[in-house]
Amino acid sequence: MSTAATAPPTTSAPPTWALRTEGLGRIYGDPGPASLVGTGPDFGTEISPATGAVVAAWDVGFEVAPGEALGIIGESGSGKSTVMRCIAGDEQATAGTIALRGVGDGTVNIRDLSPTARRKLRLQQISAVYQDPAAGLNLDVTAGGNIADPLTAIGWRNYGSIRQRAAELLQRVEVPVGRMDDAVRTFSGGMRQRVQIAKALANDPPVLLLDEPTTGLDASVAAGVLDLLRHLLEETGIAAVVVSHDFGVIDLLTRRVLVMQHGRVVESGLTDQLLEDPQHPYSQQLVAAARG
Amino acid sequence: MTTHLTTELAGPPPAPGIFDELSKREIRRAVLSGIAIPGYQVPFGSREMPVARGWGSGGLQVTLSLVSEKSRLKVIDQGEDAGVNAANLRRLVVNHVGCEEETDTREADIIQSRHRIPEQPLRDGQVLVLQVPGAEPLAGIVKEMDEQRRMHAEADYAKMWVRLYEDVVHNGLVTAAAGYPVLVEGRYIMTPSPIPRWDVPKLNGSQAITILSAGREKRIFAVPPHTHVVPLTFEDRPFEVEHTPGAACRLCGSADTYIVQEPARDGQFSTWACSDTDFCRRRRAGDAPATVPHVQPTALQAAQPSEPAPPALVQPAAQPARRDQEETA
Repeated sequence: MSTAATAPPTTSAPPTWALRTEGLGRIYGDPGPASLVGTGPDFGTEISPATGAVVAAWDVGFEVAPGEALGIIGESGSGKSTVMRCIAGDEQATAGTIALRGVGDGTVNIRDLSPTARRKLRLQQISAVYQDPAAGLNLDVTAGGNIADPLTAIGWRNYGSIRQRAAELLQRVEVPVGRMDDAVRTFSGGMRQRVQIAKALANDPPVLLLDEPTTGLDASVAAGVLDLLRHLLEETGIAAVVVSHDFGVIDLLTRRVLVMQHGRVVESGLTDQLLEDPQHPYSQQLVAAARG
Repeated sequence: MTTHLTTELAGPPPAPGIFDELSKREIRRAVLSGIAIPGYQVPFGSREMPVARGWGSGGLQVTLSLVSEKSRLKVIDQGEDAGVNAANLRRLVVNHVGCEEETDTREADIIQSRHRIPEQPLRDGQVLVLQVPGAEPLAGIVKEMDEQRRMHAEADYAKMWVRLYEDVVHNGLVTAAAGYPVLVEGRYIMTPSPIPRWDVPKLNGSQAITILSAGREKRIFAVPPHTHVVPLTFEDRPFEVEHTPGAACRLCGSADTYIVQEPARDGQFSTWACSDTDFCRRRRAGDAPATVPHVQPTALQAAQPSEPAPPALVQPAAQPARRDQEETA
């Protein structure tokens, strides 16, 4: 986890990480300290007995280096997606620091930025792939049109270049280029997810967030998408955060992992070690279930 | 003291009629805001008018707040001064204010229109008032008005570009025929009321003030003189205007004006006539410029061979205007 090993940004050299969070928290309801008392894994709940607030995530910190993938695993309601949404800017975190190397060499807490500035980050600094392709795509627009969205947003105005870039990206995610001009609604689930990945990669962002990217796909299709993601992460040098409840996905894509329960991180470490020798009872339970 | 001030602020004593002085002031304030922020839609309290919303009530309010007894007012409907709607609106304003009726574009101080910008280039000091049926260019793209406003505020127009991209994918060209979206002074995307593509380049760098007013949507926006107005298009897809090879006005012979098909005696649409009746009349009298200098190659992309022509027969705007003039009066 984040230790004192990383010096505070006093030096001018850019940090080695691409994304860093520290003390990240999100509380629904009274954000005061009274809400924290009596919540977390030790108490078996994320709902504050005193205020009734939901402490969806608290004190989450990690760093992800370029070319590295970090997993966040936990059951439904453990706060893993909340963490991702706070980093993506879909929600505003209650507390903590989120820094990107691409923004002021990591000295800027992007949580303090205006909603407008946060949205701009989503164009070139940080991309997200959601479980539901409809959340990241306009299904009534063609595959090419969906990819044209982030490209035109940063100023692409040449029709030929846009199409060329879209075709390249579709090829990379193994969608037949012949289907580029079909509405995404006519695509299968796996193909839609591939288009969503292509759109997320359109502007070569340094950070990619994947929220349950293969949940909802049948096993063989999910395997194909995972294989694609694994290759993309290896090739691009992108820093990725993979949120999943499935140890299979985490094992395949990531080298380091955080285990979350009731809004807190209960264990973290190298993925293969954690799978071999889980320490926290909840991690043991998760691994046992995965080994089932 | 206070009473005195309010009386002064209120302007001249209320005249019996359809529009009070304070309402006119509000419209003028909205117009000034619109001129200060070219292309930005300024909300205003659209009043009830003796015409239905959607029949030019927005334009009528702007015209009424600008005309004086000395003004010369021209009102056109589809380029025609004698159209029923145009004649009625003109008569309404003239009877109310006592201003002068005018049909000659050169002489008019205020020109109210819905579908056309006159062929005669407008000059410094003139005001073109356009009646706008749908003020929001993003209306067909996102439904939520909050989202539309956010997109304008942040100049986040990617979805508009995606729409143009999709149009080219499906149809080979941007199909918007009327109200073609334009970027005003590099900042706001605006819909220029349902004028044909032919008229869009006239907005760019115009010497006159253009005021666009939507009575139903309660929005006023404006293009001040000498403002850049650029139709949205991809770099490699030049903006094109309407053109039918070989077609010319039946009356004045012009091929460099906006012409519309009209039914012949046998009911077939085989002949063409100028949409701008004033300009057509002057062409026949030899009292109009030989070529219309609106559509200049500098204002548009250089002419390039384009997509196979669709039924509407569109061609690059930079086609040199024809000079052959046959007096067929």
